[in-house]
Amino acid sequence: MKLIVNGAEVDIASDGDTPLLWVLRDELDLVGTKYGCGMAQCGACTVHLAGQPIRSCITPVSAAAGKAVETIEGQAAGADLTAVQRAWLETDVAQCGYCQSGQIMVATALLKENPAPTDEQIDTAMAGNVCRCGTYPRIRKAVHLAAKLIATEAAV
Amino acid sequence: MSHSPMKAGLSRRQFVQAGGALLFAAECPITFANKANAVGGSAMMNSFVRIDPSNVITMLANHSEFGNGAYTVMTMMLAEELDVDYRAIQIEAAPTAPDYYSPLFREYLTAGSVTTGSTWLPMRTAGAKARAMLIEAAAQVWGVPQAELSTEAGEVHHSATGQRAPYGQLLESIHRLKIMPPDTVSLKDPSDFKVLGKPAKRHEGAAKVDGSAQFGIDLKLPGMLHGAIARPPVHGGRVVSFDATGALKMPGVVKVKAISAGVVVLAKSYWQAQKARGELAITWDRGDNDGVSSEQFYSEYRALAEQPGMLAEDIGDALGALSEAGRVIESVYEMPLLAHATLEPMNCIAQVSGDACTIWSGTQYQSNDQEVISRFLGIPQENVTVHRPLMGGSFGRRSSKKADFTVEAVEAAMGENVPVKIIWSREEDIRSGHYRPLFVHKMRGSLDASGMPDAWHQVAVGQSLMQGSKHDPAYMVRGIDIYSLDGCLQEPFGVFPYGTSYQIPHHRVESHNAPRIGIVPQEWRSVGHTHTGIAYECFLDELADAGEIDPLELRLRLTKDHARMNRVLRVLREKSQWDEPLTAGRGRGMAARIYSVSPVAQAVEVSVAENGDFTIDRVVCVLDCGFAVNPLGVEGQVEGGIAFGLGGAAFGNIDIVNGEVQQSNFHDYPVIRMSQMPKVEVHILPSDEPPTGVGEQATAPIAPAVANALFNATGQRVRRFPLSSQGFNLV
Repeated sequence: MKLIVNGAEVDIASDGDTPLLWVLRDELDLVGTKYGCGMAQCGACTVHLAGQPIRSCITPVSAAAGKAVETIEGQAAGADLTAVQRAWLETDVAQCGYCQSGQIMVATALLKENPAPTDEQIDTAMAGNVCRCGTYPRIRKAVHLAAKLIATEAAV
Repeated sequence: MSHSPMKAGLSRRQFVQAGGALLFAAECPITFANKANAVGGSAMMNSFVRIDPSNVITMLANHSEFGNGAYTVMTMMLAEELDVDYRAIQIEAAPTAPDYYSPLFREYLTAGSVTTGSTWLPMRTAGAKARAMLIEAAAQVWGVPQAELSTEAGEVHHSATGQRAPYGQLLESIHRLKIMPPDTVSLKDPSDFKVLGKPAKRHEGAAKVDGSAQFGIDLKLPGMLHGAIARPPVHGGRVVSFDATGALKMPGVVKVKAISAGVVVLAKSYWQAQKARGELAITWDRGDNDGVSSEQFYSEYRALAEQPGMLAEDIGDALGALSEAGRVIESVYEMPLLAHATLEPMNCIAQVSGDACTIWSGTQYQSNDQEVISRFLGIPQENVTVHRPLMGGSFGRRSSKKADFTVEAVEAAMGENVPVKIIWSREEDIRSGHYRPLFVHKMRGSLDASGMPDAWHQVAVGQSLMQGSKHDPAYMVRGIDIYSLDGCLQEPFGVFPYGTSYQIPHHRVESHNAPRIGIVPQEWRSVGHTHTGIAYECFLDELADAGEIDPLELRLRLTKDHARMNRVLRVLREKSQWDEPLTAGRGRGMAARIYSVSPVAQAVEVSVAENGDFTIDRVVCVLDCGFAVNPLGVEGQVEGGIAFGLGGAAFGNIDIVNGEVQQSNFHDYPVIRMSQMPKVEVHILPSDEPPTGVGEQATAPIAPAVANALFNATGQRVRRFPLSSQGFNLV
């Protein structure tokens, strides 16, 4: 089975029913994507599959065969962080940081769909992502800042 | 704050040769036992600071980073005195050696929100002493007076001659000239602070936005096996027998064996281990806890609360005053078991080789891990090496005195020649964890002629955290666990120099240690306050209501002799616009606690619908944490502390029925989500007092403040938690 992970084609040896999460973590050593619940309740495992945010803990790797998978490791181009990542840093969002890969992947997908979300739209889009440290106020702030950064940079 | 030259806060160190780095100590001559280090070697300036010739500065961190901001505040302290950029300091987890034990706990432990306070002098002193040695070296080399030298951005400067030297270039001179750390050193005056007291972003923040931060669960070692454990359905249950035929046929499975914690499947990958675990057929001995239930605990504890307990405090004559009072107000408050539900579930990698053991573990308490493992394996404590990565939350869970998730990995690794990594599934985390113990508080009170509280009688019943542990009796007084009554006593109690800030003339508090059955009790962010805060602050609210006195006004009067809390309350009144009326359907409540020296108070505004659904519209938090080392970090800890306490109060409930925990994952053990997170306004009071804690403080008042606001809005008192069990659903 082949996957396209962060733009590169990779061969997968895991069984087809293995959740994409564990293929990424244990076979491909892409451990930025996190295990939190195993049943799509916390969002820590969010990656993009064919451009859409999905919960990799309940997605069998066979469902991703031949499709583009984007993980947190594929967001920045070298040292060039994405606008969302820069907004996260600027807002000093992370505490323990464990959920933040998933939060950033969802926020990134949200801003592609909706470049200027309201607080309510952010709350709805990110309702599936748990942060036990309670960084929610800063996540909200960072999403707004990222929207602004993206708009400003697009205008240049 | 005193800034006269101080005696060394650091103990003097032995000269040690280790790891290719030259470690040297205050009182020992520098020798050159290792020639490689004599030329271009890096230097341990003291226990906490290593400088290498290319001017990389490394801090040996003796406190854990689990979101608390320890690495940020500690590098800030060091950077301030050493005149370097805190963000450029590399961090290395300090080894599990007595040199690195917390001066407060005398153990290698990060807990109690004391990291900032207890490292405030040591880390600054470490930086200042290292700087003094660099200055002395430059002065000797350049032949100029030390007083003419200054430091900035990792360099020593001599402005008159324009000479400058990066610190790393001075190491050779320090060795050659045998420069010793000074016995005393002056710390900077706060008016000269460039880093401390200024908002500083998280030290390891960058690694937490690009996926590169390494948590324990992320570590992979050569040849490592992955383990999943089938655990007993009842706490304390045991394996009688198991059939692994099916599991052993599953792909990747290497071995199945019984350990104390259950049956462990070892496989080439975690998913293979977890999947094969489902194929095990296990016969369990359900043990002594088969049949216990939360409801049974509540009813037994309620009955105990009617009996005289161990007397912790008896000021005035509360029993006499209550027996003569025209009106006695009585209430019973009940708080359930709570799980920590750290987002990174418990995990540990262990390798056992001969009489040595190495673990890789996200832990708050590595000296204890070392002790427990050394006892378990019968090997010397120093043969146990602990590698500590970052942690995906902890909230007290990773400070287990039993080292449960650590020692079981060691047991699983015994007899294997490779490292073994155990990961807990979320279901194991919720069902098989250690919990905030269930507590019942029986409260009685009466009022004086003016309506103010006159007599207070409280009986607390719950499992002790410390009883029978190695902290018994250090954290107990006459058999009473001081955490069971945290913030309930007017006089200092045991090692707690503080209690409540309130003065009530007749004040009697008793405690029962409930039988130790059912579960293992564990500290949960803000510890005793998670239940004492509810009992004390909600009942105080009941007395205020009975006496027809505004609850904030009542607390202002009760704290007239406690200047710090009184100031917090006065600011809260102003910042929350406490005296401005609210519209119908809305309510306002408040609570005030002292946790680990820091007074904190919160006012909460809620809107409640007819069906009990409610929103929290606003939380105003006023905190006196002494000098705020990193205001940006403090705000984050306050927001996070509120979120954590709010989730527990709103819907946190580990319910045991017939010995089995009924909850299993985030669908039935809900935690706060973004839409439920209130707007939080944080007011940090300016202070020149030494810094105190902030990590757990904001958790303490939020539950009672919300319950009091719900009463204010609806007239209904919640006395059994969580709020959702009483028809109040946070939306």
